Amino acid sequence: MDDLDTEPMLPPPIRRIEVDREPHVAPARPAPNGNGVAVAAPRPRNVRPPALGARERMSIDGVWLAYGENWVVRDVSLPVRQGEVLALIGASGSGKTTLLRSLNRLTEITAGAGRAGSITLDGQDIHEIEVNALRRRVTMVFQQPNPFPMSIFENVAYALREKPGGRRRGRRSQLEPAVREALRRAGLHDEVGEDLDRSALALSGGQQQRLCIARALAAEPEVLLLDEPCSALDPISTAVIEDLVIGLRESVAVVIVTHNLQQAFRVADHVAFMHLGELVEYGTSEEVFDHPIQRRTRDYISGAFG
Amino acid sequence: MASVAAGERPTRPPAIVRPRREGTATWPLADRICHALCWAVGVGLCVITIAIVVFMLVKGITYLRPKLFIEHPAPAGPGAQAKSGGFLDPIVGTFIVTAIGIAIAAPAGIGLATWLNEYGRPRWLARTVESAIEMIAGVPSIVLAIFGLVIFSRPFLAFLSQPGATVALSQSFIIAGIMMSLLALPLVFTATRESLTQLPPRLREASYALGKTRATTIRRVLLPSPQMRTGMATGVVLGMGRIIGDTAILTILLGSTLKNEAVGHVPVWGTLRGTGSTLTSYIYNNSPAGEGGAPQKAYAAAFLLLMSVLVLNAAVTRLTGGQGGATRLTRIGRRALLTGVGGNG
Amino acid sequence: MAVGVLHRPGRGATAGIDQQRAVKADRRAELTLGALGVGVLALIGLMLVTVLINAWPSFSANGLSWFGSGGEVVTQFRAMQSGTPLPGHSVLYFRAWPLIWGTLITTVPAALIALVVSTLAAIFLIEFAPASVRRVLEPVVRLLAGIPSVVYGLFGILVLVPYVNEHLISNARKASVEHVVQLNGADLFTATLVLTLMILPIMIAISAGALSAVPPAWREGSAALGVNRWRTMWRVSVRTARPAIAAGLVLATARALGEAIMLSMLSGGRPFAANPLDGLTFFFEPVQPLAATIVKEFGGQSGGPVASTIYAIAAVLLFSAALLSLAAWAVKQPLKRYGIGA
Repeated sequence: MDDLDTEPMLPPPIRRIEVDREPHVAPARPAPNGNGVAVAAPRPRNVRPPALGARERMSIDGVWLAYGENWVVRDVSLPVRQGEVLALIGASGSGKTTLLRSLNRLTEITAGAGRAGSITLDGQDIHEIEVNALRRRVTMVFQQPNPFPMSIFENVAYALREKPGGRRRGRRSQLEPAVREALRRAGLHDEVGEDLDRSALALSGGQQQRLCIARALAAEPEVLLLDEPCSALDPISTAVIEDLVIGLRESVAVVIVTHNLQQAFRVADHVAFMHLGELVEYGTSEEVFDHPIQRRTRDYISGAFG
Repeated sequence: MASVAAGERPTRPPAIVRPRREGTATWPLADRICHALCWAVGVGLCVITIAIVVFMLVKGITYLRPKLFIEHPAPAGPGAQAKSGGFLDPIVGTFIVTAIGIAIAAPAGIGLATWLNEYGRPRWLARTVESAIEMIAGVPSIVLAIFGLVIFSRPFLAFLSQPGATVALSQSFIIAGIMMSLLALPLVFTATRESLTQLPPRLREASYALGKTRATTIRRVLLPSPQMRTGMATGVVLGMGRIIGDTAILTILLGSTLKNEAVGHVPVWGTLRGTGSTLTSYIYNNSPAGEGGAPQKAYAAAFLLLMSVLVLNAAVTRLTGGQGGATRLTRIGRRALLTGVGGNG
Repeated sequence: MAVGVLHRPGRGATAGIDQQRAVKADRRAELTLGALGVGVLALIGLMLVTVLINAWPSFSANGLSWFGSGGEVVTQFRAMQSGTPLPGHSVLYFRAWPLIWGTLITTVPAALIALVVSTLAAIFLIEFAPASVRRVLEPVVRLLAGIPSVVYGLFGILVLVPYVNEHLISNARKASVEHVVQLNGADLFTATLVLTLMILPIMIAISAGALSAVPPAWREGSAALGVNRWRTMWRVSVRTARPAIAAGLVLATARALGEAIMLSMLSGGRPFAANPLDGLTFFFEPVQPLAATIVKEFGGQSGGPVASTIYAIAAVLLFSAALLSLAAWAVKQPLKRYGIGA
């Protein structure tokens, strides 16, 4: 047999991947403590005037969130606007998922959660709205697709049936148009439209996630929260869902948490970078990716940590 | 708006609010009714159970006297209940029956579980044995008692009890003990099996890699390991509880004499061949359903029985991991609840 | 290098003998334990065969009418004991319908009530109970499971029966059926009540286990859609746990079917086919289920017509228990899909 291994194999040389652009050194803002160390500014960096028709739906004001005695989110203020996609980016543990979950009060499920600051939906404090009514207006799609062990139809109709005053035992014919519409909005109708009675668990991962999006849309929410929706999916499904998200932003306000910078770059209109619970930088996608002001933002985007 | 001036960063938040669990005030009426029903059932169950147990314990303690422990039962004359003897014999009887039952069930259960899990060939045999043990677990104890009656009344088995006219009497401690072992067998088997399957494979792999045979591995490595010890102990305690709590087998296979009557003159074997009573049959016979003599003594004996059940329950809880609880039960612990320490019949 | 035979490490010249001895020892162990298994099977087979053989006379003398009605069970047993057959029939004459009816009307209601109560209790335990209450309820359920049936019977016969007799059955009611049967508080109502209590813990344990095994992702997903806790529990968790709850129901029914001691103490003095047409009195009439009959009528004989009849009853009980075991196995199959153990 040939000796295939006459030469010892050398490991490939280690290369540092660098972002190929000129470092933008923006003039440092005067730091209040004045010792040159970049201090996180508590206010959004550069709030562009809202685009025409992009009205503010939710307003996050000085929000602090804690689990037990650990402060996970510190003094974050952000607007959530209809007609645009807001991406929350940051390393693990930066508090972005916790912030997202506080928008529909899902943090309350965990014992020992604490908060301060205010979050409003259309001007009304969300803690004064009844929690289930709030969650029907602000729905969420999770990282792992979690369709219920029912048929596709029943999954999407679930939200419709559970609306109070909703047609709980509504017959198929009454609920079907709304179900099909939700599936269309989620881009799933073409694939599953013929047989809605198949078990939802028989679908592929990407299809299940789109089913979850359809389920979330069936209740016609005002804000859609997406918690790393594509992290468990293959690239093709990811692309499909990203197109979906861009298409949805006209009708709902979308907030997406992602640790995938390219995805944020593709999908987002506004980007908020969080680090260790603080809002480090907020701006439009071009501003944050092309001209980041804070050194920490620059470091994260160039891959120095994360 | 943020409560800070530009450039200033607060180091702690103004005030922390801990949200409460979702209240039910805003739910539709039907849901609120169901919620209230759940509460009613949960609390009601606690109240009823605690009431019954406390009642039995209190009643029992009022009638419990130390001399009851050391006196033999005597038939109660009218109006002489409180004075006519104790329950030494039933206590001894309970010990005997439990000891015999466990002495048979423990090795058999452990052996079967080991064989099934470690060898298990041929496959059809393994599956059949497994189903057979499940079936035994599901048979009511009264039916097992009848089985015992049928088999042990064969004349050639009369040495286990007493010979009669055409058939053996088939009522004795040893016969009752043998049939009781069938009650405990599935419990020991399941507990041992569960522990075996949960052993990490590296234990076996390490032993085989050293060239040890399966038999040696089982004997020297697997069975002495702490998880197995706990599992087997749990199974044995559950089995004991089941045996202690059973009455049906005793009414058929031990008769309704109050005292332990030995047969023949061989010391230990004579007692084993003889009839007698255990705590459970003593309670049954002293209640209005039996001869009906002495409800006070029945209460006292019931107190003893309940206490031993409580102790065994506590032992099982300790063995299956302390806190336990329906939400975090291991399969063995859940099995304990299923069949109960007191069990069937 | 070709892959060769796997050699066990040995030491020197004795390596081969050690190895053979080891394999033989292994084989011996396997055969011994295997023989144990075969022994268990043989034992069960033996028991089945002997009971059926001994029950056969009773079945063959009565045919299918064994399950029917006709006459009083008590008189039939007396006839068997004394050896004098009832006029026109053989000494083995027996009609078990009152007993079967008694079994049905105690077991089925107990199972149904326990189903409802245990589901609510399990939901309470998993979802609504604060930690302090849960810490009490769990040991309580375990305690309920552990109380021996004779203690349940004792409590019932010394406390419940007199209470029912004095406060729930009016004298008028007693008088109305006096010519047929005596009402004394040991009856269908009392027996079914205590029976329900006895089978509750099994079902609560199984249901609670299945409910807590429902993937939290589904419950979270439902909450995030704005569905309140009760409806989430009902529409998602209970629905997923349905096979487990069904399996629990079957197991509990098997337990209720086999309960002999407590029922013999509480269900009444005689095998009477309680008549639903009697209205409310129906609940206070005595019954005698099959298992309790064995306890009551067993007089120590192991041969003869009485014994044969008792063996026949045991055979019926065994058959029903086997059917229920099979049903429990069948019902648990869908659970494997979600990996929710029961």
